[in-house]
Amino acid sequence: MLFPTTSSPRTPVRVVVTGAGIITGLGTGWKPNAEGFRAGKAAFRPVSQFDVSRQRVKTAAEVDLPAILPPTRLGARSIARLDRAGAMLVLAALEAWQQAGLECAENLPLVLGSTAGGMLLGEAYYRQAVRQPQRHRQQATRAIYYQPQVQARMVLDALGFSGPITIISNACASGGNAIGHAWDLIRCGQAERVVAGGYDALGEMVFSGFDSLQALSPTVCRPFDARRDGLALGEGAAVVTLETLESAQRRGAIILAELIGYGTSIDQHHLTQPHPQGSTTLMVMKQACASAGVTPEEIDYINAHGTGTVLNDRSEALAISEWAGSRAATLPVSSTKASIGHLLGGAGAVEAVVCLMTLREQWLPPEIEFETPDPACKFPIVNKPQDARVNVALSNSFGFGGVNATLILRRWA
Amino acid sequence: MSRIFVAGLGAVSPAGWNVGALRDTLEKGEPLPVQEMARPGWEKPLPARLVPNPSLRPEFLSHPRLRRTSPITHYAAAAALEAVAGLRTNPEAKNCRLGIVVCLQSGCVQYSCRFYDETLKNPATASPLVFPETVYAAPASHVAALLENVVLACSLVGDPSAYLQGVSLGVQWLEENRVDACLVIGAEETNWIMADALWHLDRHAIVTAGAGALCLCREAKLSSGVELAAITDSQTYSARRTRMQAAAAMRGQLGESSPKELLCDGIGNSRRTDAAEFAAWRDWTGPRISPKRILGEGLMAAAAWQCVAACDAVANGRFAGANVSLVGSNQQAMGARFAAISHLSGARP
Repeated sequence: MLFPTTSSPRTPVRVVVTGAGIITGLGTGWKPNAEGFRAGKAAFRPVSQFDVSRQRVKTAAEVDLPAILPPTRLGARSIARLDRAGAMLVLAALEAWQQAGLECAENLPLVLGSTAGGMLLGEAYYRQAVRQPQRHRQQATRAIYYQPQVQARMVLDALGFSGPITIISNACASGGNAIGHAWDLIRCGQAERVVAGGYDALGEMVFSGFDSLQALSPTVCRPFDARRDGLALGEGAAVVTLETLESAQRRGAIILAELIGYGTSIDQHHLTQPHPQGSTTLMVMKQACASAGVTPEEIDYINAHGTGTVLNDRSEALAISEWAGSRAATLPVSSTKASIGHLLGGAGAVEAVVCLMTLREQWLPPEIEFETPDPACKFPIVNKPQDARVNVALSNSFGFGGVNATLILRRWA
Repeated sequence: MSRIFVAGLGAVSPAGWNVGALRDTLEKGEPLPVQEMARPGWEKPLPARLVPNPSLRPEFLSHPRLRRTSPITHYAAAAALEAVAGLRTNPEAKNCRLGIVVCLQSGCVQYSCRFYDETLKNPATASPLVFPETVYAAPASHVAALLENVVLACSLVGDPSAYLQGVSLGVQWLEENRVDACLVIGAEETNWIMADALWHLDRHAIVTAGAGALCLCREAKLSSGVELAAITDSQTYSARRTRMQAAAAMRGQLGESSPKELLCDGIGNSRRTDAAEFAAWRDWTGPRISPKRILGEGLMAAAAWQCVAACDAVANGRFAGANVSLVGSNQQAMGARFAAISHLSGARP
């Protein structure tokens, strides 16, 4: 029963990451992504999925999906019903699942963040409903499969497990919140293992939305640069498997890192703009540090939300600078949105996996195009590929609507 | 073991803009009149039950954050304000830290359709004022701004059964002392594309919209006389478990109930859609209400109305306990039981 609950563990359990899957514009899987992030490679190219001829901006970091999905338990009919978002989600989940060495399981929760789910199917539904109102072919299927909980069920069916599905849609913080919620579920004793992540595909409506807001950069996405002029969009997915340390050790699983802290809060300043002084960002970073039992001095790298917009980056820079205090002067910060764009509901999960990469492989992901820091940045922006000692990494995610999430991960040595 | 109480209820439905209107309509038991919704490109309109305009323009609409919002936010805000009204006037709840969980299935369809339509016609003129209102998180954000003392918020998407996942999340926040009270809101709005989609999935369903809200708290002194007695696990549908099996598992977890308790089910007008829920409760001999038969298919709002109606029946002393059955369309089956505080006080000191 979800309520009444059994009592929580007296001592909060330690939660570790035992599997990670990632797909972005840099490629499918850990290796091509790690190589790309390490080099600061940018994945932007002209948008091919829909017509952008009348948009201000015409590029994004699109994913190259494989022509055929690797084998899973999904039948041909189910695979045919996956849209781009669903296919990316299944690919990321499969990689995480295989890396974790998990097998068929009952009552294994799946927590996903997404802003749009299968919106591409929703867009197709709308176009047909308007342009061919008497044609009903495929409409019922689209109406079902655009829903994110149905895409989540495809993950269960693909990998052969069952359990509760939770879909969090806190805009661009969704992926971070999903992993944080999974951490909560394990810590409060509701689950021993959880599969969690975030995903979103590039869609015409969302692209047009950010373009209409003039939030897209017509030049190059340069988070925290004084010359920044907007964000770039991307698409992708990341999934991680979380479990108690005891469970991982019992299974003999390879531990990728420990998830040690999570904070979330809501910024009520504006629907689309953060508080100008970053007060909620500051609060959520403090909250995450408190839950992790670490201080800014112990953080070795921050993967910032860093969208590249004037307002977001200034607000986040002020918050990081105040939160870090004297540590700021030597605290490396970068935003990997400079490489793969903003993945919206997928961003927080993908950036958590980037943090896993920095912890596992001991390097920092650079923003190659970064040149001149915004005056609000009291910290160095990583702009050249470099090896580094990274024991603790922090990832920020903020969303339209004001929900923020901060995750803190520690190297497992 | 913690106890969770219901501090207040709120509802906006085709019956009207408060819980009283919902109660009166459900007590009458007569399905509300059906209106016609024009469907572009079709000669025959689609059936719908629309939320009537409020008799007076709600005062909250003058809040600057709500100026450009669509009906889903209006419904969510009205239900939220009604549910927290008791807390806001209770000196014991001063400085109460509030959490908000907003549950949605379709979400902000009106502005989504409008913005996508503008995009298809000419993206250069698509309105930047409309786009931010299309995100699932918009209603939660606006309600948080309206209520001010909100410290945590989350928007959950799922089929209607996910409303009880929202309740469970609120319980978790309360148990971890992250909030002092938590609003759990289920909200939907409708338009022709929603009616069209529903027509493709269930020809007997009549689309509707609105919102329902429960305000949960840890303190018995803030309660309206109702407490949460149980929430079942999520009985997820999968390739290996049918909807029928999941509904039966949910019923099994709720266990035997007194025939003097109320069952507030999610049965509508479709033999096929409702088959799993009918089967799960076929042995139920006690009183039951089926709000969807009277109000229509309000998706997440309808799930919230079921919970509101169940709590209201207990709060008004008509029943010592009430069960809620949510057999969702494509995700899971979940159930809950609410009870009068005195009813449980002996069993769970």
